Amino acid sequence: MKHTIIALVENEPGVLNRISSLFRRRGFNIESLTVCRTESPDYSRMTLVVDTSDTDAEQVQKQLAKIINVVDVQDVTHEPIVVRDAVLVKIKADAAARADVMTIAEIFNAKVVDVSPEELIIEAVGYESRVDAFLEMLKPKGIIEITRTGRIAMPRCGTPVRAMNNA
Amino acid sequence: MAYEQSKSTSTASASADPALPPNAKKPAPVRPARVKRRMKAAQALMEVLVREGTTHFFGHPGGATLPMYDALYDFPQIKHYLVRHEQIGVHAASGYARVTGRPGVCTGTSGPGATNLVTGLTDAIMDSTPIVTITGQVASNWIGKDGFQEADITGMTIPVTKHNWLVQNEHNVASTVHEAFKLAMHGRQGPVLVDIPRDVFQREVEFDAEDLVSKHSYRAPSKPTVQALAAAAEAISNAKRPILYVGGGAISSNASKELFEFATKLGAPVAMTLMGKGAFPETHELAVGMLGMHGTACANYTMHNSDLIIALGARFDDRVTLKLDTFAPYAKVVHVEVDPAEVNKNRTADFPLHGDLNVVLQELTPLVRRPDTEAWWKQVSEWRQKHPLVYHQGDGAILPQFAIDTLYKMTKHRNPVVTTDVGQHQMWTAQFFKFDQPRKFITSGGLGTMGYGMPAAMGAQCGAPNDLVMCISGDGSFMQCVQTLMTASENNLPIKVFVMNNNHLGMVRQWQELFYQERYKSVHMPNQDLAKIAEAFGCVGMQARTPDEMERVFEKALAIENKPCVVDVFCDQEENCYPMWPSGTAIDAMIIDDPRYAKKLRMKN
Repeated sequence: MKHTIIALVENEPGVLNRISSLFRRRGFNIESLTVCRTESPDYSRMTLVVDTSDTDAEQVQKQLAKIINVVDVQDVTHEPIVVRDAVLVKIKADAAARADVMTIAEIFNAKVVDVSPEELIIEAVGYESRVDAFLEMLKPKGIIEITRTGRIAMPRCGTPVRAMNNA
Repeated sequence: MAYEQSKSTSTASASADPALPPNAKKPAPVRPARVKRRMKAAQALMEVLVREGTTHFFGHPGGATLPMYDALYDFPQIKHYLVRHEQIGVHAASGYARVTGRPGVCTGTSGPGATNLVTGLTDAIMDSTPIVTITGQVASNWIGKDGFQEADITGMTIPVTKHNWLVQNEHNVASTVHEAFKLAMHGRQGPVLVDIPRDVFQREVEFDAEDLVSKHSYRAPSKPTVQALAAAAEAISNAKRPILYVGGGAISSNASKELFEFATKLGAPVAMTLMGKGAFPETHELAVGMLGMHGTACANYTMHNSDLIIALGARFDDRVTLKLDTFAPYAKVVHVEVDPAEVNKNRTADFPLHGDLNVVLQELTPLVRRPDTEAWWKQVSEWRQKHPLVYHQGDGAILPQFAIDTLYKMTKHRNPVVTTDVGQHQMWTAQFFKFDQPRKFITSGGLGTMGYGMPAAMGAQCGAPNDLVMCISGDGSFMQCVQTLMTASENNLPIKVFVMNNNHLGMVRQWQELFYQERYKSVHMPNQDLAKIAEAFGCVGMQARTPDEMERVFEKALAIENKPCVVDVFCDQEENCYPMWPSGTAIDAMIIDDPRYAKKLRMKN
């Protein structure tokens, strides 16, 4: 099953290399990985999605925790979390097709962010399956290119924040 | 900037005044004035090495480390051993670390000097050996430009170190090296590497030893909860067929005393891994021998049939378990381990106890009751009696087992340190050489590094100058780091190297015989005069050609005090190592006795 793992890491050169090296070496397959800055300039935050057994997910978590630049790791798969995935999609949409595409976008709460006579760029944010469904609807219209962030996750309000306390 | 001179000097002189009344309040002890000294980063590095207790430094200089060696010139308290290949330096540091329990320190220059260290670092991470490695790097402005002798050593060693650093700011050199020592020893021990560009060595810093702080805090490993301890203790106390499975962690954790108390309170069979040898006295009646591929049949049967495995600082490696899904099928597992990632990695633990072994055992021992193991011991003793380790020395060539067994009997009263290389001789040494103390048997377990033995012996001799240090080697391994002899002889290190010379890569030959239909390929190595090689390096070279003369030659070799000595032991070329439990098989595939002897015996009867 898909495991969602959140890691707080030191914001230092080479940390991503250490983490990807670990995944390669131990044969864990990364489904998606996002790295971003946090409220503190000293730390970055990663959201990893790994499609693997529970035992291997435990290994992923424990092996990650051994990297000294990793301040905290949490497997939040079974926790109450908010999950999002963002996509930018460039699609063929001349004057004739535009209205149709925009109706689909509206249904999915997606936003047109760029336009030319022949094309549109639309952004959509949501749970992955919703983004998938959106893209599925757009497919017949002629997708030119797609970029997705991959999963980002955050424990729901009211759950204790442990990460920074351990830093 | 210099700290202000302490102002309490007058108080200090008053305290020495005999006229003071006896009940006068003692003045606070005077701290020596803290002065930040200006020096080069390389010198600050040396100051830290001294502070961390470094007395032996194994390395090979080069362009990028010139500034460091220049600083080393003024630190005679750090003895540098000039190795003739960086791999020897890192293995020597490993031998030193394993015999002393303190980190070994080694160095290589940038590029090839650094990459030559990689094998030794990998060896050390597999066997959890604490090593601090300093490498030189090309000057900062050349990093990333493929300059002469540039290698991305921090990138390369990520998977084989606990952590590594490229220090680009001279002010971080001292604190990083300080942290490196801490990390090497923290939790599960292992190697670390600090890479320092040539120009960073040369830049000026202000050094104050009191200011050394490590960036990360290294807290003591957590302890198991009371509930976890109680549950494990209950399982142990009620076990019918328990076994203690003792690994190298018992030695790293200095837990021999606690282990002895625990084991003798339980009265359970104790089986040790290759890395665990000596953690518990091997001549004790509870010891059932080594586990695994070439372990004793008794130890393997005991493990297989047990109902509770108490794993202490061991990691269910494939050389012990052979085939995970048929391994010890009736057993629950208590797993005491300092590295949480080892728990549930290969075998699921029913009672995981995370923590430093000696601390956990101190808490666990009072909680356990002696289980009733009478019936179990009856069975275990039967296996022990039925399957002793045997060899059949005749009038022909010397059998390696005979040579090793003889060495054991000749030296056990001297409590020697024994290192080995890798192959048949290593397994025979593990079988026939018994150790009653930890840190006496030093071998490359996880990585199986041929060439480990002699450098490790050299390092061990540095760490234990008054001990008899022997390296039992094979003619294949001997050649891999043979130039160790040069460094050993110029430093008058009296290591004794006994080469079980069968003119073959014996273990590979054995596998070709057993599993590749005797299609021997690239395993025969005739015409090596090892004694002459030894002499050329300034060592004493000897030969033991027949079983008759062997003991006399060994006696002479063991009496040499100021020089390394190599004994070329002319061994049988076709002797195989048994018991052998082939990899990936279940326990019924274990070949206990040499089938050739079994056949001979049958014909005799």
